[in-house]
Amino acid sequence: MTNFIEIKSRVIPLLHNNIDTDQIIPARFLKATDKISVAEGLFADWRYLPDGSPNPDFVLNQAEYQGAQILLTGDNFGCGSSREHAPWALVGWGIRAVLSTSFADIFKNNSLKNGLLPIEVDADTYTSLCDLIEEAPHSELRIDLADQRVTLPDNSSFEFKIDNFAKKCLLKNIDQLGYILTFEDNISAFEARH
Amino acid sequence: MKKPRTLFEKVWDSHVVVEEPNSPAILYIDLHLIHEVTSPQAFSSLREAGLKVRRPERTLGTMDHSTPTNGTLFHSLDQQAKAQLEQLKKNCEEFGIQLFELGSPKNGIVHVIAPELGLIQPGMTVVCGDSHTSTHGAFGALAFGIGTSEVEHVLGTQCLLQNKPKSFEVRIDGELGRGVTSKDIILALIAKIGIGGGTGHVVEYTGSAVKNLDMEERMTLCNMTIEAGARAGMIAPDETTYDYLAGRDSAPKGEAWNLALAEWKLLRSDEEAKYDVQLILDVSDLEPMVTFGTNPSMGIKITDPIPEPEMIPQLDERQGIEKALTYMNLQPGQTLLDQPVEVVFLGSCTNGRLSDLRQAAKLMEGRNVAEGLRMLVVPGSQEVKRNAEAEGLDKIFKDAGAEWREAGCSMCIAMNGDQLAPGQYAVSTSNRNFEGRQGKGGRTFLASPLTAAASAVNGKLTDPRILL
Repeated sequence: MTNFIEIKSRVIPLLHNNIDTDQIIPARFLKATDKISVAEGLFADWRYLPDGSPNPDFVLNQAEYQGAQILLTGDNFGCGSSREHAPWALVGWGIRAVLSTSFADIFKNNSLKNGLLPIEVDADTYTSLCDLIEEAPHSELRIDLADQRVTLPDNSSFEFKIDNFAKKCLLKNIDQLGYILTFEDNISAFEARH
Repeated sequence: MKKPRTLFEKVWDSHVVVEEPNSPAILYIDLHLIHEVTSPQAFSSLREAGLKVRRPERTLGTMDHSTPTNGTLFHSLDQQAKAQLEQLKKNCEEFGIQLFELGSPKNGIVHVIAPELGLIQPGMTVVCGDSHTSTHGAFGALAFGIGTSEVEHVLGTQCLLQNKPKSFEVRIDGELGRGVTSKDIILALIAKIGIGGGTGHVVEYTGSAVKNLDMEERMTLCNMTIEAGARAGMIAPDETTYDYLAGRDSAPKGEAWNLALAEWKLLRSDEEAKYDVQLILDVSDLEPMVTFGTNPSMGIKITDPIPEPEMIPQLDERQGIEKALTYMNLQPGQTLLDQPVEVVFLGSCTNGRLSDLRQAAKLMEGRNVAEGLRMLVVPGSQEVKRNAEAEGLDKIFKDAGAEWREAGCSMCIAMNGDQLAPGQYAVSTSNRNFEGRQGKGGRTFLASPLTAAASAVNGKLTDPRILL
């Protein structure tokens, strides 16, 4: 995982609410014992036709979005199963930030641990972003994590919130397990008390 | 005077190891449950970091998600599933973790075996790389699902970095009518607050209707709390909890029991405690519930018509229902009663316990599964299977024409070959009706074991009250 600094990219619109992790990565792709191979299952049931060929109507298969790093999607993205395979698959395909009106808790936690930035936007911002992408699908957004700011092509921008600790971990690529281990004495003392 | 606290706050506070400013708390985990699907990458990373499992005796493994339920053990599995199960076995051996592998008399679904062994006790923190870990809140434990990175954190440190969730009281009052179960309560609650209605919160269930539920019914309620987006569901322990725990393998014995009991009795929300959100649900008029769409919040009373999308003011919600009805090939305004179904699945960590099988068997005794319908009965664990067989439930199901299978997650997640064919309709006692969840193209109606059994007999969605 590299340090998360800035992204400039087109925006892939996947404008449904409540996209669950079974859609992001169907269960039959969970038999992998590594993190790399799961990307082939990303949105598999929407991305491929029954004969296995790419579904031309699905947004990830469209030429203008190849190489795009930002996903725009509706409420409660990543609900359902706790599978971390969901952010692994998104990151494996090339997505580095997801903009949504809300995220499911476990998905959000999992994303932040894999360099995938969940950005929560209010309903009005969401609507204006949807309009922007519809009118000008090639529009690029710039996401600056240090400044917590998203900049639109007309140079207008909005701020987003992120938990301080999560931001620090992403910017400095902090190993969270290593961080917990720095409290080894406290953990041992806790265990001794109980 | 001490600040009044909720049950959740009491359990949270007693497990905080450190709380640094501007950082999440480091929370101690009492019990870590693992299974084949969400643990292999955690063990690989742990090995790369050169770490050991900090408390192997606080860790328990089972094989459940991709295990066959047709009695073939490993033989029928594909190479990848086999490799994943073998990897779990290797990991548990290397790190000294007890594993109830396929073929063990204690094997079963992680959320069924842990309570039946008496491992889940009031006031504990319990995690597992599985969202339905919320089940264990039924005991007054703080139990929630985690991702694989967090599985690694707990393996290596017995701790997790956690921001404190908010609290949400759901008070459930009223007496349940005949044929209405805790599954119907939770489906009604999710329909009311929505699939994201509990996000960021830990729900505590209170009220007379909750008090009247037995432990297995409480587990069903807490199990599906995640389907409303909540981190966890919790119920304060009481006599029902203590009676369930007494004498179980891992429950305290003798003097230790008395000491534990004294602690457990303190685990209730203080009278003046404040919740961030509160909701009251009266279940006196509740009917059996069924879902019509592609997430668990799309549920209706079984006698109600499917909502008309044009009546829904919110555009995105309307589009969501339209998309779901297209996938389900159902019409707005139609009732689901008499909707033909091809498969009935009775099982899962939601409704695969002995009392679930008993209810369904009682309704099916002397009746037959409808011609052409396939019914799978999958006990939640080998223990549930043995107990059911000792009571002759297996015979009732088999005589009726249902399949009596081995324990496992089976068709709830459809990783093991038990799955719907594209376009098939199923009534399922499991927890998720997402697109393709029970097999690509499959269409799921979530319902209670009673509704599932009645529908199996009639070959179509049926109000169980007409057969009771």
